[in-house]
Amino acid sequence: MSSPRGPKACGGGAADRQIHVLAVDDSSVDRAVIARLLRSSKYRVTTVDSGKKALELLGLEPNVNMIITDYWMPEMTGYELLKIVKESSALREIPVVIMSSENVPNRINRCLEEGAEDFLLKPVRPSDVARLCNRMR
Amino acid sequence: MESSDLQRRYIDFTSTLFREGFLDSQYTQLQQLQDESNPEFVTEVVTLFFQDSEKLQDDLTRTLDQEVVDFKKVAAHVHQLKGSSASIGAQRVKNVCMAFRICCEEMNREGCLGCLQQARQEYFLVKSKLETVFRLEQQIVAGGGSIPTMW
Repeated sequence: MSSPRGPKACGGGAADRQIHVLAVDDSSVDRAVIARLLRSSKYRVTTVDSGKKALELLGLEPNVNMIITDYWMPEMTGYELLKIVKESSALREIPVVIMSSENVPNRINRCLEEGAEDFLLKPVRPSDVARLCNRMR
Repeated sequence: MESSDLQRRYIDFTSTLFREGFLDSQYTQLQQLQDESNPEFVTEVVTLFFQDSEKLQDDLTRTLDQEVVDFKKVAAHVHQLKGSSASIGAQRVKNVCMAFRICCEEMNREGCLGCLQQARQEYFLVKSKLETVFRLEQQIVAGGGSIPTMW
């Protein structure tokens, strides 16, 4: 049950139903920034540095409310991770947001067509995080 | 040194960094994310940037030193360096990376080596300036003053 709040004040929710976001990025700098951005909106955040680790975590904890992933990562791209999540019956309901430092329209369209919830250009800003709050599962 | 003198020095020094393009608004974004519950946020992120960048520069040196240069690998390292410098607002480093990227696409080894040298220079410049900023902040706080907000 959400408390009465203005449109800007999306929050992480009460402790017992705190929204849990999984952030995936191979850059330690970007992990630190996205984690801080998400935590300042009171989300619980877990960061991992690869798609493989993300899938391992999701295997143990499928009740994540959102996945936010970098596009360009070695071994498994964010797009590949998105596809695997959307093809999984256990995980497909989880909204996936892709981040990229490059504004490539084809890439953006491909991700959205594959079921990405949104596409954020890096560096990610607080206003980007604010606009995600309505997309959480 | 008087607290207000330190604060004035701090303001002058950081304003110059922005004016001369060493830092851009992304650095300000990071400062705005720092608060009482995350008082070391900026230094933590910048320290990660220092560690990351130095490793990437070593990787770049090694990759460009090979008999046959793997330009895809060079480009991947440059992409990472560009990303992390953009994430902390290290504008000049980021800009060199953009030129560096083009040299990779052109498979121009000499051009790449030139860009690497420039990236190194810009990196060490911004590193030294950021270390000065942090030192000034520590001195201000140690003197009981508060760090002026620059926005």
